[in-house]
Amino acid sequence: MGTKFRIDIIALFLFLSIAIIGIASVYSATSNQGVFTLFDGRSGKQLVWLFASVFLGVVIFLLNANFFEVFSMYFYVLFMLLLVLVLVIGVDINGARSWIKLGSFSIQPSEFAKYGTSFAVASIISRIGFSFQNKKDIIKLAVVTLIPMGLIVIQGDMGSALVFLSFIPVFYIEGLTPTIILIGLFMIFVFILTLVFSALYFSIAALLLLFVFYAFTYTNKKLLIPSITIVGLTIFFSMSVQFLFDNFLKEHQQKRIQVTLNLIEDNRGAGYNVNQSKIAIGSGGFSGKGFLNGSHTKGNFIPEQETDFIFCTIGEEGGWIMSSITLALYIGFILRLYYLSSRAKKKYKRIFISSLASILFFHVFINIGMTIGIMPVIGIPLPLVSYGGSSILAFGLFIFTALKMDATRDRDLESVFS
Amino acid sequence: MRSYRLYYVYAVVILVGFIYIYRLFQIQIIDDKYALIAEKISLRKQTVYPQRGLIFDRNDKLLVYNEPVYDLMVSVPIKLNGIDTLAFCKLLDINKEKFIQLLAKAKRGSYRGKSVFKKNISNVTYARIQERLYEFKGFFFEIRQDRNYKFNSSAHLLGYLGEVSKKDLELQTEGYYELGDFTGKKGVERFYEKQLRGIKGERYFYVDRSGVNKGSYKSGKLDYEPTDGQDISLSIDIDLQQYGEKLLNHKMGSIVAIEPKTGEILSLISSPFYNPANFNIQNRGKFYSRAINDPTKPIFNRAVSAPYPPGSTFKPIMALIGLEDGAIKSSTHFNCAGEYRLGKRIIRCHFHPSYTSLKQSIASSCNTYYCNIFKNMMQSNKYKNSEDAYKSWRSYLTSFGLGSKLGIDISGEYRGWLKESTYYDKIHGKDRWNYARIISLSFGQGELGLTPIQIANVASIIANQGYYYTPHVIKKIDGIRSIPNQYLVKNYTMISSSNFKPVIKGMQEVTVSGTASDIAIDNINIAGKTGTVQNPHGKNHSAYMAFAPIEDPQIAIAVVIEESGYGASWAAPIAHLMIEKYLMPDTMNESSRPNLEKQMMNSNLIPYKYKSKIDKSLYGN
Ligand SMILES: [Zn+2]
Repeated sequence: MGTKFRIDIIALFLFLSIAIIGIASVYSATSNQGVFTLFDGRSGKQLVWLFASVFLGVVIFLLNANFFEVFSMYFYVLFMLLLVLVLVIGVDINGARSWIKLGSFSIQPSEFAKYGTSFAVASIISRIGFSFQNKKDIIKLAVVTLIPMGLIVIQGDMGSALVFLSFIPVFYIEGLTPTIILIGLFMIFVFILTLVFSALYFSIAALLLLFVFYAFTYTNKKLLIPSITIVGLTIFFSMSVQFLFDNFLKEHQQKRIQVTLNLIEDNRGAGYNVNQSKIAIGSGGFSGKGFLNGSHTKGNFIPEQETDFIFCTIGEEGGWIMSSITLALYIGFILRLYYLSSRAKKKYKRIFISSLASILFFHVFINIGMTIGIMPVIGIPLPLVSYGGSSILAFGLFIFTALKMDATRDRDLESVFS
Repeated sequence: MRSYRLYYVYAVVILVGFIYIYRLFQIQIIDDKYALIAEKISLRKQTVYPQRGLIFDRNDKLLVYNEPVYDLMVSVPIKLNGIDTLAFCKLLDINKEKFIQLLAKAKRGSYRGKSVFKKNISNVTYARIQERLYEFKGFFFEIRQDRNYKFNSSAHLLGYLGEVSKKDLELQTEGYYELGDFTGKKGVERFYEKQLRGIKGERYFYVDRSGVNKGSYKSGKLDYEPTDGQDISLSIDIDLQQYGEKLLNHKMGSIVAIEPKTGEILSLISSPFYNPANFNIQNRGKFYSRAINDPTKPIFNRAVSAPYPPGSTFKPIMALIGLEDGAIKSSTHFNCAGEYRLGKRIIRCHFHPSYTSLKQSIASSCNTYYCNIFKNMMQSNKYKNSEDAYKSWRSYLTSFGLGSKLGIDISGEYRGWLKESTYYDKIHGKDRWNYARIISLSFGQGELGLTPIQIANVASIIANQGYYYTPHVIKKIDGIRSIPNQYLVKNYTMISSSNFKPVIKGMQEVTVSGTASDIAIDNINIAGKTGTVQNPHGKNHSAYMAFAPIEDPQIAIAVVIEESGYGASWAAPIAHLMIEKYLMPDTMNESSRPNLEKQMMNSNLIPYKYKSKIDKSLYGN
């Protein structure tokens, strides 16, 4: 028994602190909807889910430490099947088919898919002989991550699909050449420039740049072919972005991106939420308007405030102090998890825990960035704080699984391949 | 390799943390625009209107009180989804097109997040909607105080409320009024606006996206309750006022009665009048255009705004000036052979015993006597020329408060007509006119115009033998006699008090043996003077000025009845009835002269040309 509950106290403290902030925030955000105490309405439900995930955490701690590693791929398949199932029997809410109704409950398999995929990723990379230089291995990794992404895109939930980009830092830590990441960053750069200046002007600028480059280096024949290739590919990418943006994105998605890039001002349509969100947070000042006293929160000016825009409540009622504390707790929790991953003796555990850290980071990075207007509106929850049973349960499971792995690290042999 | 890559990840995570905390610092602390925007979006100020002061008469009878009116307001912007507009329209008794039209108008006129959707909702409609108001999020009521009246009386005097005009809003210095506020527009309501209005209260509260109240701002720290306006008591006697209105029924004219000792206005009536309730906020819309189109001008407050040549009622003033200036002595007699000759011009007089004394000249209203006074004065050696003499004559009159506004506390006062000497210079040429050109001024005709209140004030001056208090209707403010200072100052005329005695004697003779002798009242000594004012547009105006009792004057009165005939026929009897009603209200109840009273009340003296065009709905309720 002794080792079974040897849980990392710091991580547990951070987890509980964040969860408590979450309950209070949901209560505040919904207190104007006929909710009288913390235990009523949505904050009450949130509390129930939180207890449920703690209960599942206890169950996880009672399991054999190797249980997860052995059944990794089964978990993965199970959660992928749920993603397929949701496409068959799911119900449409807010234009996305992401929910399966079970009586009075609805579960959102996409929230659990991150958890499932992390098992597969950890399992594949920790296999003996795995190498990022091996194309077969790369393809395997690509397949296990692209399957859930694809299925979730089909559901119509672009935001949750993007979460799977969180595995990139995990791959990087484990040895993926940074070139790919740099190429990725370069593509994001091109993507933004294209939307700002249009593909045509971008291409003209790129060609001019190539010409100037050639004028200075025409003696060096070796540079000519690669530079032409790079510029050509870049222009091709830019044109594709423009084409896809114009033809495949829905109008509200186009607007969301344009609003984030400050290309259009739209405080009534797509930009409404972000604008109101900034007003709510900005009006919080140094110490906030006080718990349950946020006029913007009370006034329902921000739709979906208890879910994706929950950070507004914290910013408005708790001011800069409370939003900074909340942010610091998240950063601390993420760093602690990365640290826990680094002290794991088994590669499998290391990868699993760092997947959790990366996914958490992605959520926090995007969600808070969105509420303060520096990230596009991507509908993903703030972990442990946003209202939502699936999200709370999935993160609860995820976190307790990771903490169980950490708690049992002493019995593991030092990983040979580190 | 793995560990240094992990450090890069740590670095990125920490960096993002700092960037976000900095960004939060920027929008939450450095940039205060968000706080201002947030307040603008969600903070609302509600004005809480005080109770306007009540108005009582001199015997503390309630005249004017408050009645709530309801304005249906709408929050702007409004979210209509979730609102059953059809049901809403039904409750309001409007159709869909009207709803859209009203909403568009409200959106255009919105101010600080709210706008009037429909004004002056009736009590019944208010009750009907209020019950279901929770269904119509974003709509709410604002309650304001309209006026209602205990008596269908005294409309001109009391005046009415209206929305503050754009011009007044721009001109105001205290910043009290906001668009749509009510303010006194006419009469006492206007003059005592500051005392009556009180202090508005304010409540600050938050609204949600649909404009629904979400609780008070800073738990009500900035709110304050309204302070009710001060009640005022007027000097008018509502019984006398109503009695006078009965007497003036179906007549065009005025009655003004003043208490000489104080300058308090006991009664001020202009006829035709209207029911004041028809001119309150809720009803004026219906009645205003009718009143405007009525040729007898019921809105026009003749008592303070209409100048009439005073006719023979001017003779006592003329006598006083003659005595003071030395043009006559109290013993002076003039011959009158029924006319006054002035070259080719003949000014007629009526039959009366000749070799006329001052007393007789007043009693029988001898024109010749006054032409002589005027001639003597104008040609006196005291003066360099006619212009000089005229200036002197004019200054006597201005000391009676003529030719300028008296400064009464009822709006719409007119200064009357009293020309400067330069006026005659312009018409006749400088130094090219003398008394002969302006002789008709001596008997109250020509370029002379006195409002009924000015005539009544002259009566008051004679009663006081030389001074007057500026006439006013205010008696008490907030229960105490703290009336404006200008009403507590004696204004002296240029006539010495001793010169009044012979004139008063003459005026007494008017009611003993003179033009008003057949309507004398037993037990009351009245000093009066009839006037029959030539009217180029129709029948003569009947005028009368009097005060009583002579020994201890309690009431000074002026009556003018337009286009009705001799002063003795209408104005004098009406004035005497008023005097009797005021001085002997108890015996008056049985009416000492029921036939005279009946005759006065029932005679319709509205000129025939107007009769068919009168809108009767204005007067009743
Ligand atoms: Zn005569």
